[in-house]
Amino acid sequence: MERFQHDLIQEIGQHRSSGVIIDVGALDVLDSFGSRTLGNIAEMSRLRGALTVIVGIQPDVAFAMVELGIHADSMHTALDLEEGLAYLGRHTSTPSAPASPPFRGAP
Amino acid sequence: MNEASRAQAASDEEQELLPQLVAHLREHRTRLRQEWATRIHDAHLLEAMSPQEMELETTSVYDNYVEVLETGSVEALQHYARDLSERIIPRGVETQEVVGIVLLLRDALARSLFKKYQQDFALLNRVLDAYEPAANRIANTVAVSFVDERERVIRQQQDAIRELSTPVLPVRERLLILPIVGVLDTERARQLTEQLLIGIRTHRAKVVVIDITGAPDVDEAVANHLVRTVDASRLMGASVIITGLSPEIAQTLVTIGVDLSKMNTIGDLQGGLEEAERLIGYTMRRQDGLVE
Repeated sequence: MERFQHDLIQEIGQHRSSGVIIDVGALDVLDSFGSRTLGNIAEMSRLRGALTVIVGIQPDVAFAMVELGIHADSMHTALDLEEGLAYLGRHTSTPSAPASPPFRGAP
Repeated sequence: MNEASRAQAASDEEQELLPQLVAHLREHRTRLRQEWATRIHDAHLLEAMSPQEMELETTSVYDNYVEVLETGSVEALQHYARDLSERIIPRGVETQEVVGIVLLLRDALARSLFKKYQQDFALLNRVLDAYEPAANRIANTVAVSFVDERERVIRQQQDAIRELSTPVLPVRERLLILPIVGVLDTERARQLTEQLLIGIRTHRAKVVVIDITGAPDVDEAVANHLVRTVDASRLMGASVIITGLSPEIAQTLVTIGVDLSKMNTIGDLQGGLEEAERLIGYTMRRQDGLVE
């Protein structure tokens, strides 16, 4: 996990990324450790100037997370990869940002 | 005579007495049934039934009753009682009425036995020894069948209500409405959240409007569940708008101190829909000249 974090932060710098999308659609469970790790990654990326969006949380995973009392207030979330891209498009200033209708969605 | 052989003798005698009993009850069937029906009428039981139905049902109950005394097997009676319950439950017949009429029959028959055997006290005692356990078993069987049947009906209705009561409705592309009608208990709240989350996935919803105009009471548990539902929806990338909080509910929630600061609430469903459409980016415009 540390290795993954390290690599990711490196890559952000190399590519001058302004956005990161983490797809957790293949995960059957996301416990407090997992969500804290995601939160850490998001915070590190933010310090490096990139916005992180978590996409693909499954219905039962979302349900289990709130049952466990995991608060993901600081996380940016979207339904799937497509939505995540649109979200980044609206919230970052990449030149390729599509002109989409204003959506004040999940923070 | 030792204990075992005495018991054997007693049960032999019972075997002889019961057929006698049955013969007596068969012989006076019309009179006894009539007596019983009159007592039911006097006690104001089963008033949901017409006199003709009453006659039909009391006759079959009587025959079933005597048959159980004769054969000692309650299976046929059980079947009949269940069938009868199925017919009378929708008409609002209560448990006490069913138990009442069976006990009345038990008493009516016991009284006729008294009359017949009152000359010989010892014999009467033995007759009642044979009659009472069988009669009690019958009363028990009927009552249990009735209650079982009623519970089955209640369960069935609960399931039906539960399924009907949590519709997730797509109103526009990417906009869902979840009207909550009726009392929310924990089990229903859980199911509601589950259906909503699946709905968000299938309809790719961006905004969900939860309308609680139809919920009579929102207590702390329900409010906390709503907060969790909002959180879970947000994890799936959908924002939630709560509408229809009545003045009373708003007061209660603030008084008991539920933290709803993260919730996006709007007075009524209309306002909620307008806000939702604004969030998604729809602009509504009324076309002139269609309605004067």
